[in-house]
Amino acid sequence: MTNAVEIRELHKSFGDLEVLKGIDLDVAQGEAVVLLGSSGSGKSTLLRCINFMEEPTSGRVSLNGDLIGTEQGGRMRYRESDLCQLRTRIGMVFQHFNLFPHKTVLENVMEGQVIVLGRSKAEAKEKAMAQLARVGLEEKAPEYPARLSGGQKQRVAIARALAMDPEVMLFDEVTSALDPELVGEVLKTMRQLAEEGMTMVCVTHEIGFAYHVANKVCFLHQGQILEQGAPQVVLKTPETSRVREFLEGHSLFKLPE
Amino acid sequence: MNHNWNFASVFAYWEVLAVGLWGTLVLFVICTGLGLSGGLIMGMLRYSKSRWVNYPARLYVEVFRNTPVLVQIIWFFFALPVLTGIEVTPFLAAILGITLNTIAFSAEVFRGGIQSIEREQWEAGKAIGMSYGQTMRRVILPQALKRMLPPLTSRGIEVFKMSTLASVVAYPETLQQAKLIASYEYNPIEAYTVVALIFFVVLLPMVQLTYVLERRFGKSDA
Amino acid sequence: MHEWDFAATLADMDLLLLGLWNTIQVFVLALAFGVPLGLGLALGRMSRTPVLSQLCSFVIEFFRTTPPLVQLFWFFFALPILISVQMTPFVASVLTFSIQSSAFFAEIFRGGINSIDKGQWEAAKAIGMTRKASLRRIILPQAVKRMIPAFAERSIELLKTTTLISTVSYADLMFQANELASKTFRPLEVYTVVAVMYFFLILVFSQITILLEYRLAKSGEGTMR
Ligand SMILES: Nc1ncnc2c1ncn2[C@@H]1O[C@H](COP(=O)(O)OP(=O)(O)O)[C@@H](O)[C@H]1O
Ligand SMILES: [Mg+2]
Repeated sequence: MTNAVEIRELHKSFGDLEVLKGIDLDVAQGEAVVLLGSSGSGKSTLLRCINFMEEPTSGRVSLNGDLIGTEQGGRMRYRESDLCQLRTRIGMVFQHFNLFPHKTVLENVMEGQVIVLGRSKAEAKEKAMAQLARVGLEEKAPEYPARLSGGQKQRVAIARALAMDPEVMLFDEVTSALDPELVGEVLKTMRQLAEEGMTMVCVTHEIGFAYHVANKVCFLHQGQILEQGAPQVVLKTPETSRVREFLEGHSLFKLPE
Repeated sequence: MNHNWNFASVFAYWEVLAVGLWGTLVLFVICTGLGLSGGLIMGMLRYSKSRWVNYPARLYVEVFRNTPVLVQIIWFFFALPVLTGIEVTPFLAAILGITLNTIAFSAEVFRGGIQSIEREQWEAGKAIGMSYGQTMRRVILPQALKRMLPPLTSRGIEVFKMSTLASVVAYPETLQQAKLIASYEYNPIEAYTVVALIFFVVLLPMVQLTYVLERRFGKSDA
Repeated sequence: MHEWDFAATLADMDLLLLGLWNTIQVFVLALAFGVPLGLGLALGRMSRTPVLSQLCSFVIEFFRTTPPLVQLFWFFFALPILISVQMTPFVASVLTFSIQSSAFFAEIFRGGINSIDKGQWEAAKAIGMTRKASLRRIILPQAVKRMIPAFAERSIELLKTTTLISTVSYADLMFQANELASKTFRPLEVYTVVAVMYFFLILVFSQITILLEYRLAKSGEGTMR
């Protein structure tokens, strides 16, 4: 079976600052991968290179067997229209929700379907309602985002991404901006998605989520993957002192014995 | 587009232009000086809690903000003498129109700036025993002035441009002098191009300055 | 003391009303051309193509720093000789004030667009929208709401600036006032009435924009936060 995402020798620099220094990562179909690492280690950048919110400086990214971009003179070239098309196949959820405040919840979830995928309004509405039901927010469809709690906003953002029928979902610290009591509802939605077989790559500091839900965790340090493997292995018996210290830093969380 | 540009025909009259520039400068200095200091006072009156002070100040501001400066200048030039019997020179009409207008606009800037300072600052002043006037002078205004710097600079730029309206009552400022040159030499293209460039060269640095100030002290609303 | 007498002024009110109508025509046309042109200049200035961006910046700064009266004279007296066309006061006025106000509208557009959170661009991009679609569907609708007060203020400035066209003998309200004042020898009454007319014209206009802002604010997320 082809991998949902394959990343080879990925490098990314911002000017002189090299943020990703050769990343190789496979995400199998239906797999949930969690990226861990301290702040500034390059987690967001890696995630954003998967859907080309950032263009990699070098390296290759494939989505379900399709190599993104074309090779020319030893470098990868990307056409903006191809990248737009690619992004419709990958859903992304942000730390700060980024809902469209001038559109209702329903319109938020319909927007991409109608404008980008060219679906009819009726079809888009039906799909939107189905996704809102999936995240438990059907009754909020006519509301504006300003009327929702943070947790509800984030679930709408998830529904908006899901409505595009993505092959992969990317989550970038989606619970970090939430009040503690609202974190649970979002994690529950994500867990449910993972159990339904959605391919997911998540940056999160919720080690419990990583432990219980992920099939694989990757620990990033200074732009490289320091350790990767099953969560029960990496989180319980880390090989490097770096990962051990990182996990000890999250002392609030106790792994189950 | 086969016009033969002949700027020499303008610069031959450099002394005429120099008189105009001087006239513009005089208007600018007097009107910004009086306009901004008057605006500060008017802004305080607008800020006052007493209706007897606040309402007339508001009326003044609204009237002068919501009528065109040109109407004001013309009114002072043609109508005021009828009303008072005092002769009004072009210079005086221009000064009156532009200054009173600037007072009204800058009053709103000052009021907005003062209002933008948090209540806590007033309370902090009070708490250490300062009077209203002392708190205003020593605590509120110094902070507010920083925020007001960008919009006040924009006001200055507007005044500089507004000074050209004095040409309507034949006060010898830059545009009026260019008009003279254009009518002697039949060279309106060069004459007005030179005037436009003069303003551009003088005001561009000031516009750049407002950008710098905005970045340092926050957004201007003008 | 002067004896106020409005009879002569009021008898020729139709002259002033004609002037008012002409003023409104130039104002509306300058707005209709100036706003889209301003959007174009703003997008040009924000473009990633350096030449286009610098060119638009230059146009914007030039028309912001030069006095509108100088621009008007240039378009009325200089341009027709330069390109050998007939220039009427009306065309020169609409041309001048469209371009002049577009420079100011451009800066309002730019400020409005820049004030929108970067996350909105990102969210639109992430669902596969092109830059153009993001701008049109997501960014501009939000930016425009925030711009309304600045927009109204600038339009009022434009309305007041239209008085300058009296200097090139276009029969706007100001020009008609000058005519009437010399005809009736009653400058005090004429100019006072005209000032009041401008005052109410502007008052009506600003009330409309306040109403508009209020209506927009009620529909979902508004400008007031
Ligand atoms: N657009 C950008 N321009 C310049 N530097 C950036 C940009 N985005 C991220 N960086 C830098 O790249 C590094 C990694 O950032 P990021 O991927 O956001 O880390 P993480 O998500 O792990 O905290 C940081 O040093 C950050 O400052
Ligand atoms: Mg991050």
